[in-house]
Amino acid sequence: MGTAVFYLVAAVGVVSAIAAMAHRNPVVNVLSLVVTLFSIAVSYALLGAEFLAAAQILVYAGAILVLFLFVVMLLGAPAEPDAGESRPFQRTAGLALAALAAAGGAAVVAAIHAAAPAGALRGTAQALGVMLTGEYLFAFEFISVLLLAALVGALVLVKRKH
Amino acid sequence: MTIPTSNFVILAAILFAIGAAGVLLRRSGISILLGIELMLNAANLALVAFGRQHGQLDAQVFVFFVMAVAAAEVAVGLALLVAIFRKQQSIDVDRLNVMRW
Repeated sequence: MGTAVFYLVAAVGVVSAIAAMAHRNPVVNVLSLVVTLFSIAVSYALLGAEFLAAAQILVYAGAILVLFLFVVMLLGAPAEPDAGESRPFQRTAGLALAALAAAGGAAVVAAIHAAAPAGALRGTAQALGVMLTGEYLFAFEFISVLLLAALVGALVLVKRKH
Repeated sequence: MTIPTSNFVILAAILFAIGAAGVLLRRSGISILLGIELMLNAANLALVAFGRQHGQLDAQVFVFFVMAVAAAEVAVGLALLVAIFRKQQSIDVDRLNVMRW
């Protein structure tokens, strides 16, 4: 079962990665990359990395790509060639995306259950937390300094000069 | 039952190749950043797969750090794009030639 899940998820991930790179519309690019990142999260779960699978969805598919979407909207997505006042595909596309997201979540849960049995390596939040606050404590604290520096840098870069 | 490491590494290689092609072929700054994200994720996937191969959790800690650094990189990269757009009204990297002599 795990193997079938892997091949399905890998195929979806590769196809949506191609769409993320090749499509002309930047909104489609960003949303396709979300699907690819979901499939990578399922792969993490299949590898027994439970915490990383959750972090991948929260941090990447959630935070980082929403930031991308904000910038795409801020800079203005290119005008659609035929954006009539009626958008027949909008509702269908929204429903399909929602179904896809639900299927992605279900696949993650199924993959965690199908993950390698007892004795195998399991990257639980507890195991990673012990390492982060023990062996890697300095790097863990330094990451917060880096994030603060990036925050200040981003603010300085986009600040309007008066 | 257990999926071989090579499957994950091949998937990571394919995703990395697609991301690299996107970075090299696209001219929009946003698409280039998206390609970089895809390459980072492919590298992360390979790291986790190899970590399982060697039975160590350290690889997953490294992936956690890569995620944090990628978040910082995206924040600064997108801020740069917004600043460039304000200056040039475009994020076409072919038009970013002010430092050319």
